[in-house]
Amino acid sequence: MVAGERRVSIHSDGDIVAARQQGRALAEQIGFSGSELTIIATAISEMARNIVKYAGAGSIALSPIYHGNRRGIVITAHDDGPGIPDLDLALQDGYSTSGGLGLGLPGVKRLMDELEVVSEMGQGTTVVMKKWKL
Amino acid sequence: MQVPILKQGDYLIASIQAALTDADLLELRDELAARVGRYRSRGIIVDVTALDVMDSFAVRTLRSIAQMLKLRGAETVIVGIPPDVAFAMVQLGLTLPGVATALDLEEGLVYLDEQTKAKGGRHGGR
Repeated sequence: MVAGERRVSIHSDGDIVAARQQGRALAEQIGFSGSELTIIATAISEMARNIVKYAGAGSIALSPIYHGNRRGIVITAHDDGPGIPDLDLALQDGYSTSGGLGLGLPGVKRLMDELEVVSEMGQGTTVVMKKWKL
Repeated sequence: MQVPILKQGDYLIASIQAALTDADLLELRDELAARVGRYRSRGIIVDVTALDVMDSFAVRTLRSIAQMLKLRGAETVIVGIPPDVAFAMVQLGLTLPGVATALDLEEGLVYLDEQTKAKGGRHGGR
């Protein structure tokens, strides 16, 4: 039986490692393969680092999802930070505000099956991403 | 120090043992830069076999390690990128331009021997 939702508070770079390790553990329980586990862990690492870098603090929630007989994982990265000024621009391939330091959202989107962003200036950002088991 | 660094002749071998935080990676960078000077090392091997992911920060730090050490007169080779990690890096568009990579420690040593001999320096570490 797969465990329910788990949530990791993100405050520092040590929490980035904790979030991706918990995500990998849950994904393994769901039944993802080795290379998929690495991809999920890498996506979580990038999103958790965005929280530390742009918002200072936030959380990553991890949960199994079901659709018919398909199984997957949903990862929700949330912060109450400054928000993303131009979301369309932030989702464009090759775009990064930090001078190419991070991968930005497009890189993470390539790793996952679905990625949705809700961001409000001054209110924070929520990124919901899903990966389905093949 | 999270990453043990072994001195072997003219070479330094940094063997990553577990998942590293950003701070651990930066400490590794600084420690290698210092030890290359202390031991007058010609080559450095960074073994990443045990690293759980190579995200943008890890890749950027490894790239800067190789570039810094090059400026200090030493060659760096990254060894042991697992197939899953290589696949995720490609998906993300992360590459290591200008940084030598090799399959494992053995191949890394062969590479350094070739590089340091080609420069007419002292011969490799063994």
